[in-house]
Amino acid sequence: MHEVDKTRRRMIFRTLQGVTLTAVGGAFWAGFVHENAQAELVLRPPGALPEDEFLATCIRCGLCVSDCPYDTLRLGAYGDDVPVGTPYFKPREVPCYLCEDIPCAAACPTGALDLLGLTDEEGELDVSRSRMGVAVVDYNNCIAARGLRCDACVRACPYIGDAIFVDTRRNPRTGKHAMLVPVVDADYCTGCGLCEHACVTEKASILVLPRDVALGKAGEHYDLPAPNFSPEVPENEI
Amino acid sequence: MKSRLRYVYDHYRFLILRRTLQLGILLLFFGANAWGWSLLVGDLSSSRLLGKVPLADPLAVLQLLLAGGALAGQVLVGALIVLVAYALIGRAFCSWVCPVNLITDLAEWVRNRLGFREPPLMYLNRNLRYVVLAMVLVLSLLLSLPVFEFVSPIAAASRGVAFGMGMGWALLLAIFLFDLFVVRHGYCGHICPLGAFYSLTSRFRRVRVRHEKDSCTLCGLCFNACPEPHVLNLIGKHDGTVNNPECTNCFRCVEVCDDDALFVSLSGGWSK
Repeated sequence: MHEVDKTRRRMIFRTLQGVTLTAVGGAFWAGFVHENAQAELVLRPPGALPEDEFLATCIRCGLCVSDCPYDTLRLGAYGDDVPVGTPYFKPREVPCYLCEDIPCAAACPTGALDLLGLTDEEGELDVSRSRMGVAVVDYNNCIAARGLRCDACVRACPYIGDAIFVDTRRNPRTGKHAMLVPVVDADYCTGCGLCEHACVTEKASILVLPRDVALGKAGEHYDLPAPNFSPEVPENEI
Repeated sequence: MKSRLRYVYDHYRFLILRRTLQLGILLLFFGANAWGWSLLVGDLSSSRLLGKVPLADPLAVLQLLLAGGALAGQVLVGALIVLVAYALIGRAFCSWVCPVNLITDLAEWVRNRLGFREPPLMYLNRNLRYVVLAMVLVLSLLLSLPVFEFVSPIAAASRGVAFGMGMGWALLLAIFLFDLFVVRHGYCGHICPLGAFYSLTSRFRRVRVRHEKDSCTLCGLCFNACPEPHVLNLIGKHDGTVNNPECTNCFRCVEVCDDDALFVSLSGGWSK
């Protein structure tokens, strides 16, 4: 009777040891994974699913990186502050040049980069539907907004006139010059970062942020007309 | 000279082939990203062979499916190809493809060279890997993330070679030191959930090591060379094949055997 008891006690103890180790190990593991997956400021390639779906779909193979002709894309390594193994780009270093055939998304074997979202009604690929992020202007440091004649970002934009345009204003300091203030329309901006790449200030004064981070949400109950950014310039002044 | 070549062939033919394949795959991955080679593009998580054939790590795919990823057919086909291949040839990924095997075998080589015969720092059960595998699956489901892919030294090594290592070398160094000083065959033989996964899928493999008892002199060379020596439980006892699916089919035992008592058996048999 005593023998049986001891064996059973030993079994229970061993089981509890195993369960404890598994639970503690699992908690640390889950903690690391959860922490590593939080990277709010990461810019993904064209066609990327929403971030949480993307992280559950991307197999971290790097085919998008290999097939990118401009060496824009990189795979996150340990220490990069990017969920490890996932593709991203830094537009200030190399922006996305918006290839018409979108080779990165076409290479994706899992659908984490989804060509469906980049296809128009006729079934043609349309890279302008990419929403990698949105350009945001720091008007305190943009030299155009401070009166210098610069339109580097506007000229760099492949969707000039839609995604970004110049808002000409009178320069109140001199009283006779124009200011060429760049304005971004988030409804058209792809987040390719050509503007950020082209910006001439020491640290870019127009930069791409993930749309989740940069954009607000008005809410369904506002029934308002679409935003109108076009500057009202009287015909005779053009 | 001829006998020298003969010796190398007899004792190292599989080892040379394995190292060639392991390093060749890494070179192809590196060349694909660095110089635009198209033979094998990607990394060990998923790749594209000859510009067309998709290949994918079935355990990575399983994690993504558990995480709720709506995967495209291409990667599912790739995982199926790899799964079927290793179901037929056994757990050969570990000894013929995996770059971590280079590191752990190096640790074992150093260990032997320096004559470390100390008892292990801790005792690990070889079945721990199945617990780790179960944790991978459960945590992937709970976190909606492929949890092993965040920490896998296998992915870190192949991805690191192809796309940049970052701090990944620290993980690989840790495994080297763990195998060298803490537990012999520690990572591959006790912890790795991918090895556990391929052990489970190798039950009906068609390639096995075959043993002929009558030729065996019980010298023990095979046991010393084997990374999973418990699979050699038939040595000197009876004729037959190594049926434990934890055998990685590295064939080190076959080439170190001086008694013609171990062979590669291609027909294989259904394990009982």
